[in-house]
Amino acid sequence: MSHPSDATALKTILIASAMLASLAAGAQTKSTADGIAEYRKMLEDGNPAELFEAKGEALWKQRRGPKNASLEQCDLGKGPGVVKGAWVEMPRHFADTGRVQDLESRLLTCMETLQGFNAAEIAKTPFGRGEQSNVTALATWIAGSSRGMKFNLPQGHAEERRSYELGKRAFFFRGGPMDFSCATCHSEEGKRIRLQDLPVLTKNPGDGLGFAAWPAYRVSNGEMWSMQLRLNDCFRQQRFPFPGFASEATIALGSYMGVNAKGAVSIAPAIKR
Amino acid sequence: MADPMRIRAQVAGDKATVRVLMSHEMETGQRKDSAGKTIPAWFIQDVTAQHNGKTVMTAQWGPAVSKNPFLQFNVKGAKVGDKITISWVDNKGEKRSDEAVVS
Repeated sequence: MSHPSDATALKTILIASAMLASLAAGAQTKSTADGIAEYRKMLEDGNPAELFEAKGEALWKQRRGPKNASLEQCDLGKGPGVVKGAWVEMPRHFADTGRVQDLESRLLTCMETLQGFNAAEIAKTPFGRGEQSNVTALATWIAGSSRGMKFNLPQGHAEERRSYELGKRAFFFRGGPMDFSCATCHSEEGKRIRLQDLPVLTKNPGDGLGFAAWPAYRVSNGEMWSMQLRLNDCFRQQRFPFPGFASEATIALGSYMGVNAKGAVSIAPAIKR
Repeated sequence: MADPMRIRAQVAGDKATVRVLMSHEMETGQRKDSAGKTIPAWFIQDVTAQHNGKTVMTAQWGPAVSKNPFLQFNVKGAKVGDKITISWVDNKGEKRSDEAVVS
């Protein structure tokens, strides 16, 4: 007849050895996510997003458009010409236009008012063509100027809170032939599409994840992707009709994700496979 | 004219590590556009690296190199303040040359 304490001791040994075994297995198998993280680390050294940053910076200072003016007087929310820290506080409400704007819609406003471009015309241009590729380069440089800073979107104005609520509605809105919503993929831990881990966007997904990782350079197609293009492709993947460039729905989604990402460190421009 | 390259050259021991990012479409000539027409091949063919005016590396590239290519190599004996020049010529004869100082 065994003593009760003997049984306890045996159990402890069994548990301990089981733990050791699982530790050993954990050390051997590298998860797919680790592999992708390693690949990204290797690519970071030569992130072609740098080329777009350089282009964006030059464009900001260059006199262009029908009015032959630079964008240096553009107010991104922190005063005319202030670029550093602007990205981590957008979308936000602008008194002059009377609406909440994200970085790209704000750039359209500045390009129209300062340089004399036709904003509606640019918004209709497909991504990567003409002035649209300039908007992407500008957004890349401006976002890159806030690298390492934490997201802290203002929610003081009623319109900003309305934009957040609107974004939340859009995020959970199910529709399309597959009855998808953003939340279908982005509201649970451990979800992925093929080999890509999906960030949970209903809360802060962590530093440099989700909203804090864009704009990013996509290695697979060699394109620079801004947040507007990222959202546009999310709509495509859901088989939704394409949203208008810089439309209220896309800005509201930006507000929702940006406010949720409060405190997350921006690593933009990032590099994606 | 082609967009500028980004060149970084840093001393590491008795050599300098040079990292170059080039801005180029690098079309293979295998792709078709939305109208079904072949997109003509357009890629960097020759790459030359010079250290203080002396050629230290040449490379022949083809359509298999990615868009916006990244190139990294070491230059033995390069010191702080030395000049590194990278030049490329593509199959259309377009050229680009950029310089960086070793730091």
